[in-house]
Amino acid sequence: MNHHVSTVNAAQRFPRFAIEGLSGASFKPEHFEAIANDGEFDGFLEVHAENYMGDGGPPHRQLAAMRGRFPLSLHGVCMSIGGQGELDSDHLARFAALVRRYEPTLVSEHLAWSTHDDVFLNDLLPLPYTSETLARVTTHIDQVQEAIGRPLLLENPSTYLLFEESTFSETDFLDEVTERTGCGLLLDVNNVFVSATNHGTSALDYLAQFPLEKVGEIHLAGHAEQDDGEGHVLLIDSHDGPVADPVWKLYEIVIGQCGPIPTLVEWDNDVPGWPVLKSEAAAARAIMNRHAGTFMLGRRHA
Amino acid sequence: MPDAAYEQGFRAAILDPTAETPAGLTSAFGGMPRKRFDVYRNNVTVSLTTALADIFPAVSRIVGEERFADLARLFVRAHPPESPLLFRYGENFAAFIEAFAPAATMPYLADVARLEHAWLTAYHAADAAPLAPEMLSAIPPEELPHAKFETHPATVLIRSQYAAVSIFNANREERERQRINAGIPENGLVTRPELAVRLTAVTGGDATFLHALMSGNTLAEAAEAAVVADTAFDLSAAIGLVLTSGAFVAVHVES
Repeated sequence: MNHHVSTVNAAQRFPRFAIEGLSGASFKPEHFEAIANDGEFDGFLEVHAENYMGDGGPPHRQLAAMRGRFPLSLHGVCMSIGGQGELDSDHLARFAALVRRYEPTLVSEHLAWSTHDDVFLNDLLPLPYTSETLARVTTHIDQVQEAIGRPLLLENPSTYLLFEESTFSETDFLDEVTERTGCGLLLDVNNVFVSATNHGTSALDYLAQFPLEKVGEIHLAGHAEQDDGEGHVLLIDSHDGPVADPVWKLYEIVIGQCGPIPTLVEWDNDVPGWPVLKSEAAAARAIMNRHAGTFMLGRRHA
Repeated sequence: MPDAAYEQGFRAAILDPTAETPAGLTSAFGGMPRKRFDVYRNNVTVSLTTALADIFPAVSRIVGEERFADLARLFVRAHPPESPLLFRYGENFAAFIEAFAPAATMPYLADVARLEHAWLTAYHAADAAPLAPEMLSAIPPEELPHAKFETHPATVLIRSQYAAVSIFNANREERERQRINAGIPENGLVTRPELAVRLTAVTGGDATFLHALMSGNTLAEAAEAAVVADTAFDLSAAIGLVLTSGAFVAVHVES
């Protein structure tokens, strides 16, 4: 293990790992044995918080074992921060309990909604960007940060359509949210590429507008290609394959601009063997390492 | 579009493939191609039907993947999840199957679904050390009839008029098909004494006995009920089952 381990605080159950310059992969239970027996991997792991909200059993046993060896990113997918209703207080309490229990290095959620009137739709649904939704998102993030006692990283979504009523660009909306709440951002570069393609805009322009100095984590993932039935390419954020070349190029531009940022490769459907995920994570690490020399005196802000 | 109408619009249309695309949506290329909204429709329906297939693999294998997807789609539309914790989803899937006329030729299917849901519940249940034999032997013999047992958080007992346990076991994983007499009643005891979930087939008498103990009856009351249900009931074997199954965590005698 190459992690720099600082002293373990008496109140802490797990070692405190540095995550700077590391890459990682989604943790899938089917990879538990492979990772446990992997003497080389020195990155970090990310889990979907909701999969660990049961009371006990193998999920917690596995997560505790992984957390003992690797830095952990806790990624919520169901908080419905972009929803019109109040946050589900039970869900928020469960989320906060996981943060306390596993002491993750990174904690993130999405700019999206999934619950309406107690119906959970299990997708990251889009919201218009208006002063009303901004006020609600701000309130919700304040509540989450209050509950977990630390800043949250908010992820930019993949979107397939636009709202007529939107008055903010997504990047202005995110910038405003970070200003008002003090939260950080999780920059999903695949989502940037997917959304830009779907809306006929430039991913580079989006990145140029994005508050890169607030980014605490980067996501990379694979996408699928369809068309919208009217002659336009429609990319789907499918997380079912390797990271696409244009996404790697955008990623390298971001790293070249900002320096190393903890980077996670997501793969949630048609999940391959652990060596494939590990090599995708290694590819991200190689890009960070290539640019690390430029940033020996710290991160350069955009 | 008034503020927050976007949610009502999505909610109304997202599980209904015949519904109009909600108002207020657009694309960068003008107009609102239906296929763009259908991405969300597809994400929601496929992710939820896939979640059900993961929770109920034996049911899926018995009816076939395509028919399961049809069944799951109907269920998702009628009963979308109420909690973001999908491992709790499908609690009423068995009842839905029971009421689903085309599944009437497979009357055992609902109980197989009940076993699968119990399996997942046990998998995520709180950790607890199972009842140690010493705890039982520490009770003086004359007080034993009054002993009451505390159920382990993972324990579920499913009583079936069909061979639900054999059918579950034969279909839970890819195995060679075998002939099962579906009409033989079986009871399934689901436990998780350590990390691995266990499914044990128990006789009618044992099931009555365990059910009585899990409901808070004393050992004597449970044994009486079991003898009424099954004249071949063997108390010492049933107590052995109490200890080996890990179905309970504690025993005590009220003074």
